[in-house]
Amino acid sequence: MAEAHPVGFQWVVEAKARGATVIHVDPRYTRTSALADVHVPMRAGSDIAFLGALVNHVLSNDLWFRDYVLAYTNASFLVREDFRDTEDLGGLFSGFDPSSRTYETESWQYDGIAVGAEEKDAEEQTSKYEEPGSGHQFGSGGAALDPGRPTRDLTLQHPRCVLQVLKRHFARYTPEMVEQVCGVPREQFAKVADAVSSNSGRDRTTAFVYSVGWTQHTVGAQYIRTASILQLLLGNMGRPGGGILALRGHASIQGSTDIPTLYNLLPGYIPMPHANHHESLREFLRLNTPAGGFFGNMPAYVVSLLKAYWGDAALPSNDFCFDYLPRLTGDHSHFPTVLKQVEGECKGYFLIGENPAVGSSNGKLQRLGMANLDWLVVRDFALIESATWWKDGPEIESGELRTDDIGTEVFFLPAAAHTEKAGTFTNTQRLLQWRHQAVEPQDDQRSDLWFIYHLGRLIRAKLAAGNDSQEPDSIDRPVLDLTWDYPTRGEHQDPDGEAVLREINGWDADGTALSGYLDLKDDGSTACGCWIYSGCYADGVNQTARRKPGHAQSWVAPEWGWAWPLNRRILYNRASADLAGRPWSDRKAYVWWDESAGKWTGHDVPDFAGDKSPAYEPPRGARAQDAIGGGDPFIMQTDGKAWLYVPSGLTDGPMPTHYEPQESPFDNALYGQQWNPARQVLRHRRNRNNPSGSERGSELFPYVVTTYRLTEHHTAGGMSRWLPYLAELQPELFCEVSPQLAAQRGLRHMGWATIVTARTAIEARVMVTERMAPLTVQGRETHQVGLPFHWGRNGHVTGDVVNDLLGLSLDPNVHIQESKAASCDIQPGRRPRGPALLAFVEGYQRRAGITEDTGTASATVPVPPRPEAGR
Amino acid sequence: MSQPRMGFFTDTSVCIGCKACEVACKEWNRVPDDGFNLLGLSYDNTGNLGANTWRHVAFIEQPKPAGEEPGGARGDLRWLMSSDVCKHCTEAGCLDVCPTGALFRTEFGTVVVQEDICNGCGYCVPACPFGVIDRRESDGKAWKCTLCYDRIGEGQTPACAQACPTASIQFGPLEELRERAHGRVEELVAAGVPDARLYGDDPADGVGGAGAMFLLLDEPEVYGLPPDPVVPTRALGSMWRHAAAAAAVFAGLGVTTFAGRRR
Repeated sequence: MAEAHPVGFQWVVEAKARGATVIHVDPRYTRTSALADVHVPMRAGSDIAFLGALVNHVLSNDLWFRDYVLAYTNASFLVREDFRDTEDLGGLFSGFDPSSRTYETESWQYDGIAVGAEEKDAEEQTSKYEEPGSGHQFGSGGAALDPGRPTRDLTLQHPRCVLQVLKRHFARYTPEMVEQVCGVPREQFAKVADAVSSNSGRDRTTAFVYSVGWTQHTVGAQYIRTASILQLLLGNMGRPGGGILALRGHASIQGSTDIPTLYNLLPGYIPMPHANHHESLREFLRLNTPAGGFFGNMPAYVVSLLKAYWGDAALPSNDFCFDYLPRLTGDHSHFPTVLKQVEGECKGYFLIGENPAVGSSNGKLQRLGMANLDWLVVRDFALIESATWWKDGPEIESGELRTDDIGTEVFFLPAAAHTEKAGTFTNTQRLLQWRHQAVEPQDDQRSDLWFIYHLGRLIRAKLAAGNDSQEPDSIDRPVLDLTWDYPTRGEHQDPDGEAVLREINGWDADGTALSGYLDLKDDGSTACGCWIYSGCYADGVNQTARRKPGHAQSWVAPEWGWAWPLNRRILYNRASADLAGRPWSDRKAYVWWDESAGKWTGHDVPDFAGDKSPAYEPPRGARAQDAIGGGDPFIMQTDGKAWLYVPSGLTDGPMPTHYEPQESPFDNALYGQQWNPARQVLRHRRNRNNPSGSERGSELFPYVVTTYRLTEHHTAGGMSRWLPYLAELQPELFCEVSPQLAAQRGLRHMGWATIVTARTAIEARVMVTERMAPLTVQGRETHQVGLPFHWGRNGHVTGDVVNDLLGLSLDPNVHIQESKAASCDIQPGRRPRGPALLAFVEGYQRRAGITEDTGTASATVPVPPRPEAGR
Repeated sequence: MSQPRMGFFTDTSVCIGCKACEVACKEWNRVPDDGFNLLGLSYDNTGNLGANTWRHVAFIEQPKPAGEEPGGARGDLRWLMSSDVCKHCTEAGCLDVCPTGALFRTEFGTVVVQEDICNGCGYCVPACPFGVIDRRESDGKAWKCTLCYDRIGEGQTPACAQACPTASIQFGPLEELRERAHGRVEELVAAGVPDARLYGDDPADGVGGAGAMFLLLDEPEVYGLPPDPVVPTRALGSMWRHAAAAAAVFAGLGVTTFAGRRR
């Protein structure tokens, strides 16, 4: 955190000054470790084993927060009888279909839930297979459940109740296993386990902070799930000082999922309609509106969004222009799209503040994809590698591409910096903070808002001049009918960001700003660009621009910026009070039920219906928020409960399971199943994998490699390598290795090393440091190679592209690539140049017996046949 | 006067080595970059204080247990980080030897070079016991930290302290900082960091007390700081006294000689 988020780390330093114990679990000893009380070095890619053992520690030593768990989680729910755990199937769950590499999730459901009952048609049956990437839509709430009331056992003794299922599932995650898998000595594990569990309960809370070290794995979503289970068992969710905080890789990444740049979402985590399943608005809403929880108001959110997009053209009679929305026809996420470029199917590409030639895994595929486009638009501060690969990229050097043969037309458009434009950043706490413009951009530099707005304006003008623009059925109508009338200002005619924010907030039929999403209607009388952001412009005031200093308000600081939803600073904070609505302790009081006033009150805005008594029981047939009981804090879940076990919504299992990374020097010590069987593998001759574990050829790649960032640079370097004051602070690519590994491979401090994977080889200067500790994993001394990934060939400071080393194997829930753990070889000296580099890598592939199929197996244990009928 | 002496207290126990101080200093003071050289000194690539680096963060990787594991992590390793800066000495060698008056003491008790007066003679460079002030190759003039004279004159905080995310760099009236620094050392020692100590806080030291003091977790030499700096011009008084005495002796001898001749 100190490395990549130094400014946020001030709060950790402050917490430490107030007595907090800071534990840092990381393969490397970083600037965070330097300030931590405890640093636990571990093998990259083994976190589920570590976290799972913490879960096991809490469960088997009865350290869980009984009142909290019983009341607020699904611990007492019974799982179906035909559910089979990884314990039973060698590392698979029931329902796995090896041919499609997906799970049929029916057997994961609760007992008592009617799956496939009533109004289900054939189309919906296919949705019982969790589609890859569907995890994105749970950014603000859980998946829907089928109707029915789950059977519960409040004594938690039933062998099929979630708590008992969890206990069995995690029983093999022992301290000994942590030692075997993670390379963390059991004494050190015990220290962490004691610290975390003794600092949780009525009086104390523990927080977890993670970043892409957790997400960028083929089991990334399940890493966070494991932490969620632990935090729920310890009662650390919805309470001050608790929670799981995701640090983002870039400013406003939270904002870019809330109002998404993702292909499969609409603003506010509304799923993007699918071409086959969602032909009408009614059908879309029927399939996406859960019975309970705030997503039960989906019709109001969707209709208001359509009104924001298409204004007066959106009418009840035309489904509010629902037909105008683009439709999904498959997986259009980043890496499959790159493959489509390579195959010649995807012809155009916008890169706005993104440098995939350096910043994305398997850079070669990225560049070969770009070399096969008709046009490419790059908007950035400087001529980043993604704008110049066609004349000086690694493939030009190797002879794989010739500039003369590349037909891509590349447009470079200089972008304005954050100081040169106004707008909001949304941080990980869902806090929107308005930035004022400090200076006007120079020369041709323009804001992204300017670019998108004027591009849209010009396209609309061209379409309007077309022959059939007046036809009611014109295919141009979705663009022509858009509301695209933002006021502009200044000599550059920059659109007014506040006008956009106001539209996001929403307004009623009179144009009055809405005060929050509870005002939204499904009859077309309200418009709202993003329902979860509704309220950010309440009373017609830019609430995100509030900057009352901390000392001038309460410690929760509600008047600094604005947090979604409805300015709540801690989500699910009803869980900070017990079932009866009383704080769990005075020390941790946050919001509570005021019986005499008949309302919730406290330090924060209650994340609960303000007047809903803790005693409220939803009547039969209640819908949306009315279906949430007075004792159910997790109001975005359809049942109001936090899910220790996830019956629906995950593609790769209802509980986290340790699988080895796509590339690992080790066999899975926990199960016969080596990898996440549902991970997405992209089989391609340019995307070959190293062999793993006991597979032949694995010995050629004996080291673990992990990539990361340094404080001094920013991601792919577009914002730092061109700035002399930052560039000089880390002026060259280097690899970090332990003195032991250096001795083993003959690497000299500040000499050169070549790092090799099945994709390519790169060179880096050598930094020999005690901060890289060898670990003992499965009885073997194990070395890790650390690689910061900021460099390319442009800018003041240069280096090989580290991401060229990495392959593309993806988490099936969110399509994220596994870039935080792989295997490699490292040799002293510089890499071969030109075509000799290709021959060098081919030599490795040949000796290791690597083909396109290496490492692509799905199930590595026998898959039990699935029952054909009897649903 | 009511204007107290202002200075820095750099608490290295909370430094996270982010180098925001180096960057903020260069941005504000328009200091050029120091070259793009990978030095291999842990994460330090600016090397030391100089004409083009007025704040410098040292990184020291030590195979040493840090007391009872505070700041300490792995037990067998610690990573010290410390942001060094001009000490703005009470007895400032650079100022003492400056022949042009380019170096002067401000109303805040700080020592500042005026670049329009500096003639580049370089006398100040060897006169600094800390090796802080330095001549810039490109213009030949002497440069160093001004303690952001232009900012503090406007009631603002120096750029480095303003940018520091963890309050490792603190700016304020020197006496207040001294008190705070002593309190912080006591706190750390009580928390099991017996090595915590202050540097540059003693008005009786070889520079008459510094205007920038540091809380260190090891010997000053470890951070590249001189353990017992003495301003070279301190001997100036006694040198002149000795010279005068010698002159007097010679004069006396001469008188005697001539007197003897007279005889």
